[in-house]
Amino acid sequence: MKVESPASPNGRLRAIARHRAVWPLVALALIFAVDGVISPGFFHIRIVEGRLFGNLIDILYRATPTAIVALGMAIVIGTKGIDLSVGSIIAIIGAVITWRIHAGDPHFVILLIALGTGLLCGLWNGFLVAVLDIQPIIATLILMVSGRGIGLMINLLYGGTNPSFQSELLQGLSVGHISLIPTRLVLGAAIFAALWLLIRRTALGLFLEAVGGNSAAADLAGVDARLVKYAAYLICGLCAAWAGVILAADTHTSDPVSVGLYIELDAILAVVIGGGSLSGGRIYLGMTVLGALVIQALTTSILTSGLPPEYNLVVKAFVVIVVLLLQSNNLRTALYASFSGRKR
Amino acid sequence: MNEKYLPLLATIVVFLALFLSGGMLYKNFLSTLVLGDILADNAFIITAAIGTTFVILSGGIDLSIGSMIGFVGVVIANLDAVGWHPLASAATMLAFGVLFGGLQGLIIDFCEIQPFIATLAGLFLLRGACFMINLDSVPIRHPFVESFAALSIELPGEGYLRSSAIVMLLSLAVAVVVAHFTRFGANVYAIGGDRTSAQLMGVPMRQTSVAIYALGGFYSALGGVIYAFYTSSGYPLAGTGNELTAIASVVLGGTLLTGGVGMVAGTLFGGMILGLIATLINFNGSLNGAWIMIAGGSLLFIFIVMQRSLVGSFRLRATN
Repeated sequence: MKVESPASPNGRLRAIARHRAVWPLVALALIFAVDGVISPGFFHIRIVEGRLFGNLIDILYRATPTAIVALGMAIVIGTKGIDLSVGSIIAIIGAVITWRIHAGDPHFVILLIALGTGLLCGLWNGFLVAVLDIQPIIATLILMVSGRGIGLMINLLYGGTNPSFQSELLQGLSVGHISLIPTRLVLGAAIFAALWLLIRRTALGLFLEAVGGNSAAADLAGVDARLVKYAAYLICGLCAAWAGVILAADTHTSDPVSVGLYIELDAILAVVIGGGSLSGGRIYLGMTVLGALVIQALTTSILTSGLPPEYNLVVKAFVVIVVLLLQSNNLRTALYASFSGRKR
Repeated sequence: MNEKYLPLLATIVVFLALFLSGGMLYKNFLSTLVLGDILADNAFIITAAIGTTFVILSGGIDLSIGSMIGFVGVVIANLDAVGWHPLASAATMLAFGVLFGGLQGLIIDFCEIQPFIATLAGLFLLRGACFMINLDSVPIRHPFVESFAALSIELPGEGYLRSSAIVMLLSLAVAVVVAHFTRFGANVYAIGGDRTSAQLMGVPMRQTSVAIYALGGFYSALGGVIYAFYTSSGYPLAGTGNELTAIASVVLGGTLLTGGVGMVAGTLFGGMILGLIATLINFNGSLNGAWIMIAGGSLLFIFIVMQRSLVGSFRLRATN
């Protein structure tokens, strides 16, 4: 490949175009531009009943569970893995929470039980991937297939089909708000900050990317690849558990069949839109959150634009395809060649 | 005996063991009637899984199967409403399946996008297209569909081999020939075994990639046709989650997800095992759908661990 001097305006432009944050930001800007044209009040934010209210807040609010799952997913994908079971983990968490509330446990203990269940699921996935050396797609497929069944079984323990519950603590964490800002946003930001520090300020982040880049080389360099992979799936399980708490408290019920359906696909998409490669070696946490926001902004925009919700999936598919095609080097080179060829 | 038949053999043994234990638990279970029903009920998913076997053998994955099944059914039902003959619309949809699959293959190969993500976009696109066409179940009223569903061959015992099962078995026979007796089949195994070596040996990578996904698209569209004819309707939610069932059938059938190892015929038994579990749980009556999921997951786990140790013994022998 020819290296251009960055001083030439063309080269600088191309350097910007090559930066990984550009395409997701362009996508987000385009979505917002269309929104601005279609519904002029789209960006309006007002205060209703002591909390912020508006489409932009709604996007952040609804994107939070997906973004948290996607952060865990980004770390797993960074180790050249994938976790298909996050949706099922969310279903199990919802069932466990409802079950324990009906059993009368103190609610903060239930919160700990929920997070512990997430860790347990992560431990299982980590065991399959790190110890049995099973391909991550398949290893996590096992929990994905059986997890919603486990959730249904837990519901049957005390006889409910879709049992509901009330919990001030859990609902406060999910739908409550701290002064003006929704609590889940504050906690989501805290999780992001904690993970960022863990990945960027400790050796673990380096090890995770090293194992993803080349597992054998990392092993030879003295990194215990097995332990590092365990850590990745544990973190992912924990993130999924937190999303499970938010979603269960949001709906007040345990509905293992439909809660968090397809969230694994959205989370993986968020990572990929954020420039993460499924071949591992790179973890971009901030970009992943941006990816989750792009997906949610798209969904919210379709709903507010007056298009029937049936168009949601098709538009989503097109945006995904366009973002991916723009990230493809081969296609960009081919397009560039045909454009410059036409000029001459 | 050749070691490559071991996973296939293991799958068949598990199938027979499950079938026999069903026979011991419930009378009337051990009959061609039950066998024929399992074949007919799961024909659409096994057909789709046959195409997936090629994709997985080449080291790829196809998530768009379930949506394709739904989309094909919805289009056939809507074309039926405007007076198309079901066979004509079925042929159109098979051609569409080939084109759509081929396009996915082209995007995966040319743009170097991971198959998982590219076919995920395919999943969203086709399912979204279903919802855009209509949201309710649409009946297929043409008399041909009724006569097709009634078509069957009598088996010894009281069973029938129904038309959907016949189509599935024929398409399986074609797939076995393609996989084991053509140059294309050899290329698929070569790419799945070692991409770089295959390229150096002169396997035409782009043509083969496009052809693999086109074949996958064809078989999932055929699965959709079988499903639409079998249920005489098009339902936009049909086939939801079936991509996972198809992948599970392929894995249970002894094909390695890393590519290069496996047999198309194994997929038939893999799909039959999943169908058998569902039938056993239905026969019991007191167990519910949750058990199907848990049993499927457990079986998947056992098989994968078993394959793992088999592959381990291959490698050990190779290094010695």
